[in-house]
Amino acid sequence: MKILVCISHVPDTTSRINFIDNNTKFDTAGVQYIIGPYDDYALARAIELKESTGSTVHVLNVGLADTEPTLRKALAIGADEAIRINAEPTDSFFVASQIASQAKANGYDLILMGRESIDYNSGVVHSIVGELLSLPSVSPVMKLDIEGNKAKVAREIEGGKEYLEVNLPFVAGCQEPIAEWKIPNMRGIMSARTKPLKVVEPTTIDGGVKLTKFELPPPKGAVKMVSADKVEELVTLLKNEAKVL
Amino acid sequence: MSKVENKRAIKGGEFLIRETQAHEIFIPEEFNDEQKMIRQQCKDFLEKEVFNKLDEIDSMKDPKLMPSLLDKAGELGLLGTSVPTEYGGFGMDFNTTMLVAEVIGGGHSLAVALSAHTGIGTLPIVYYGNEAQKKKYLPKLATGEWKAAYCLTEPDSGSDANSGKTKATPSSDGKHYLISGQKMWITNGGFADVFIVFAKIENDKNLSAFIVEKTFGGITMNEEEHKMGIKGSSTRQIFFNDCKVPVENLLSDRENGFKIAVNILNVGRIKLGVAAIGGCKRTISLATNYAKERKQFGTSISNFGAIKHKIAEMVSKVFACESACYRAGQNIDDAYNGLVANGTDPAKAKLKSLEDFAIECAILKVHGSEVLDFVVDEGVQIYGGMGYSAEGPMDRAYRDARINRIFEGTNEINRMLTIDMLVKRAMKGTIDLMTPAMAVQKELLEIPDFGSTEEEGIFIREKKVLANLKKAGLMVAGAAVQKFMMKLSDEQEVLMNLADILIECYVAESTLLRVEKLIQTQGEQAASIQKEIALIYLHYAVEKASSAAKHSIAAFAEGDELRLMLLGLKRFTKIDSYNLKEARRKVANYVIEKGEYPF
Repeated sequence: MKILVCISHVPDTTSRINFIDNNTKFDTAGVQYIIGPYDDYALARAIELKESTGSTVHVLNVGLADTEPTLRKALAIGADEAIRINAEPTDSFFVASQIASQAKANGYDLILMGRESIDYNSGVVHSIVGELLSLPSVSPVMKLDIEGNKAKVAREIEGGKEYLEVNLPFVAGCQEPIAEWKIPNMRGIMSARTKPLKVVEPTTIDGGVKLTKFELPPPKGAVKMVSADKVEELVTLLKNEAKVL
Repeated sequence: MSKVENKRAIKGGEFLIRETQAHEIFIPEEFNDEQKMIRQQCKDFLEKEVFNKLDEIDSMKDPKLMPSLLDKAGELGLLGTSVPTEYGGFGMDFNTTMLVAEVIGGGHSLAVALSAHTGIGTLPIVYYGNEAQKKKYLPKLATGEWKAAYCLTEPDSGSDANSGKTKATPSSDGKHYLISGQKMWITNGGFADVFIVFAKIENDKNLSAFIVEKTFGGITMNEEEHKMGIKGSSTRQIFFNDCKVPVENLLSDRENGFKIAVNILNVGRIKLGVAAIGGCKRTISLATNYAKERKQFGTSISNFGAIKHKIAEMVSKVFACESACYRAGQNIDDAYNGLVANGTDPAKAKLKSLEDFAIECAILKVHGSEVLDFVVDEGVQIYGGMGYSAEGPMDRAYRDARINRIFEGTNEINRMLTIDMLVKRAMKGTIDLMTPAMAVQKELLEIPDFGSTEEEGIFIREKKVLANLKKAGLMVAGAAVQKFMMKLSDEQEVLMNLADILIECYVAESTLLRVEKLIQTQGEQAASIQKEIALIYLHYAVEKASSAAKHSIAAFAEGDELRLMLLGLKRFTKIDSYNLKEARRKVANYVIEKGEYPF
């Protein structure tokens, strides 16, 4: 079985978020990057499947050269080969289109990724990839087993769980507890440098989406205490200052 | 990673008389992507397996917990970093193993168990084992299938290790040694499968070392010791009662045990120094975030100057120690690579390179453990009442730190060793201390150079301060040697002072050089906070060394000599005034904004 795991290269969860250039650009100064945590779960499940079924695992990222350490880490965790599509990941449609064109060329039985990335959190890339490849896509997948040419999948829905049987190939947006995230071992880290990391030029696609501005939530103001016997004052404040009534 | 070809060979201990250039040292900012991945791997291991179990580990309720954590570390390859690849390890260069030791060093009791296994437990076989011994033991030690412990200390033999009473008697058929005696403070004792045991064969003057398997029989032990800190690390008293050890398990030659013990401790010392940094960084991150969250008088206490002062001091000392650790680590790697390139056997080359830098190893043991104690103490203080509560994280940090000034040779023993080794090298002519010491004596009688230097470059004035500080060291050490001659070793108080001067020269120089290299490679702006740190540390070092020198001089000089030396000291410890309050605020503000040790 050939498995593709799509990896996003995202700021560490503890990073401070700032914007520069008139709030149009994310300030990357001093930011540590990691494999998207949901992608990490997808990768961990792919490696488990590799071990139990003898599959090969490719990892893919749409990004510029600075994302390569993130891909190397995925190789250290156990992926066999990495592909970097040499482009700025501008929007979900663009990213999904690049993934789809690689997937089409390589023919995978299973395409896994996180349910969403934790930077822009669009959560739609897996659905668009499925659409572009005319494949089923399921998200969020919390359990995934392969039986023959079918996958047995458990999915979280409002108020409960849903169990599905899906024909391969298909696209899954994953989340915990699909697998326990993996720490690369020393052997993996040392072999990562010799595993292939292919750089592929992007196909020309106009995503049609342009980012114009970011806006941070307003900073939290001071707490104003209103004594319990002054309900009138509270209502006035809520109306005129907080403007919630 | 070797930069041997670009460098003049640097000798251990030579820093006192040699002006090292920034390009000659390795700085932690130069770790490559693979090393960074290893650093993250270690952090992830602690985060996933250790930090969520600290109470459980320290309670010792489940005796299988610590060995199971070591098994997990083994699966990740963390136990085989120093074991050569042909014996199932990863044969990593020294500085990468230092990096692993640093991060794991933040792991409280687990850190002690892991470092005892990989260091004093495994390394004697790596460096002194014969082929059969290496083949038999190292692969299992590298994976953690077998856990190791090191049995040197006895009830009446601690710092004076060679005075141990444990005996090894050859059996009548000549096939075994029967080991009998009592060992104490044995880390990992409760679960170890393999023990490196030091004992005297018959009436030998010196110790011999043996590889002893638990299954050899004749081994009993007391219950776990109750300790002030590192409560989750197994510490036992072990009794050997006619323990039957096959003769082929003698490690290295008969009576070579003391040398093994000493050389293994060299590695242990520098690793302890760097491991202390791991503990410091975690404490700094916790304390900084607490200071940001804790509000008094209507504002975060991190906004108060007194707290900023503490944070800046903690960070500066750690940054300085870190600079010195990785500088020395790379020196050891370079020396090793040079020896191997010249045909020396790798195990011997590793030992030789560590022995060359034994002075630096002792310095870093002392400095690292004392910086750690300073940092945890201020950590408690920043936490205030919560710092004293056993519910908060500072309680464990404070208690666990304390042992570091005691094991791997007490800091007093290490201070004395530092000077002892330096003087011995000077006597042997390995390092020429005489010429520069004489030059300093001559300079004392000359009119002072008021130093209107026109030179341009980074840290010109600071380097002059440092060069003078070294002169102060040479002046005091030279006079002490002349005064006491062979009796210098009886003057322990003076030796402590001299060691302090030496330590501060080394650490301050390492910090200046690291920041100089940073400015060269990243520019003044990017390294502006680090520049403040270098200045903060330099001022601290001058103050500390100057005070140590003053005490030392007063202990042996009087009259005109005393006056002349005090004048010289004043001249050699002159440093321009600098607004350290502002410098500390800049550093602290940066650290507070980042919410962790940021370098």
